[in-house]
Amino acid sequence: MEFILLIKGLIILTIFALSLGIAAYETYFERVIAAYIQDRVGPDRAGPFGILQPLADAGKLFFKEDFIPTLADKGLFIIGPGIAMLTALMSSAVIPFGDTLLIKGQYIPVQGMDVNIGILWVFGIVSLGVYGILIGGWASNNKYSLYGAIRAASQNISYELAMGITLLSVIVVTGSLSIRTIVGLQHGIDWNIFYQPVGFLIFVTCSLAECNRTPFDLPESENELVAGYHTEYGSMKLGLYLFSEYVNMFISSAIIASLFLGAYNYPGMDFVHSFLTGKLGESFGHNLATVLGILVYILKIFFFIFVFMWVRWTLPRFKYDQLMNMAWKWMMPLSIVNLIIVAAAELSPYPLLFNYIGLAIFAFLYFGSRTVYNNKKSKL
Amino acid sequence: MVSQFGFVLLFMIAGIFLVLLVLGIARILRPSRPNPEKNAIYESGEETEGTAHVSFNLRFYIVALIFILFDVELVLLFPWASVFGDKALFDDTKGVWAIYAGIEMFIFVFVLALGLVYAWKKGHLDWIKPSQEETNFKSPVPKELYKDINEKYA
Repeated sequence: MEFILLIKGLIILTIFALSLGIAAYETYFERVIAAYIQDRVGPDRAGPFGILQPLADAGKLFFKEDFIPTLADKGLFIIGPGIAMLTALMSSAVIPFGDTLLIKGQYIPVQGMDVNIGILWVFGIVSLGVYGILIGGWASNNKYSLYGAIRAASQNISYELAMGITLLSVIVVTGSLSIRTIVGLQHGIDWNIFYQPVGFLIFVTCSLAECNRTPFDLPESENELVAGYHTEYGSMKLGLYLFSEYVNMFISSAIIASLFLGAYNYPGMDFVHSFLTGKLGESFGHNLATVLGILVYILKIFFFIFVFMWVRWTLPRFKYDQLMNMAWKWMMPLSIVNLIIVAAAELSPYPLLFNYIGLAIFAFLYFGSRTVYNNKKSKL
Repeated sequence: MVSQFGFVLLFMIAGIFLVLLVLGIARILRPSRPNPEKNAIYESGEETEGTAHVSFNLRFYIVALIFILFDVELVLLFPWASVFGDKALFDDTKGVWAIYAGIEMFIFVFVLALGLVYAWKKGHLDWIKPSQEETNFKSPVPKELYKDINEKYA
């Protein structure tokens, strides 16, 4: 029993290190990708290809002088970034990084914890994340910070609804709130993205909005609000805010990959598993296959992180009324329609086929009624 | 035996420890030489005018209110979603289960959608749009003067 506890403790530490390490190197990738897209060199001074840049940045943040404005609420000013970081880290607990490891005849899942409400846990913790921003922005006693914080709060709650309804349509198909079960049902290439492409698109858009990434970065739009909610922050407190943003990006990429792209599942995985166990023995072969699965999962996560950065340099920022219209007038109704279609298709004998039939009927009705309406209006 | 939720606590403690550690290290390493100029609230280089805890746009409250309504309904839909596709229940009741659960959900989602339509129709979802309006401002400077200046210094 204590042996399992030790392994679990090690896994928790590894997951912490992994999510923090990936978040640190996301800042490097962000700058490299930005440099590539804008056709310039990018970071190349710290180490070969600038690979030590994240460490240099962290070092700089540690040594910076930090001052708390006299008019700021001192306690809340410090708690704000702490909450942002804590909530970002907490949600990584339930990400299923891989299948099981076979050690001394015991199958140990590669996951911080496999609670049966995994996805609800992530959803709840992500909703709490807005408190970090709101508290920090309010405590600064700065007008820009306050506006940034309010914008962040109302944007996050608006997109959370569409995200939640899309989540429901995934749960309807799998019938479980455990992320491991959801992933397990997408064995091979039986991924959810093929069953609900519209849900996938809504979920990716909402994740962009939840992470406050461009084109939804109104909380920190630097040409209106200086730096938004972290205008007054410096030193490691600013570091915690920036870091939590990158951890959030990693986690939402991981959640998208596990809900819609089958996490560690890849086509031909059964063949690889039986081949490896046949050649290298039951225990080592099984573990090697699991490691392969983890690598596939990390590849998928990095693909989504790349998409996040790609979008940043492709789309301009929205205006606030456009942002709200999109959340309430497009995402919400579309996700409700998606939920109804998915639920109806789930009862039919061929869910995959009926999903697309449902979507086609909806598209026909929507565009048909719009054409009829436009024709009527032009006749008047 | 530590239950799965024991690890939640472990995670939370580890996370708090990490945040405190990072802030503590930064506190030891960094210099601290505050002065009134540094500690002033930033306002684009101007002197700070009053407090920032002022009343803000009422729209944000309305958005929050609508959100609460929908979020509660969303939470109520979660248990339904996790049992709706249950094959065992479906086979036991020869499909009656699906019809009942489906109709029930449909009514619920219909009410949800109706709420959205109501808020939409009432204009609670409309953000104030920036509009360009024509003014009848008459400039005392005649247009020819600008033209002359442009030509003179061209």
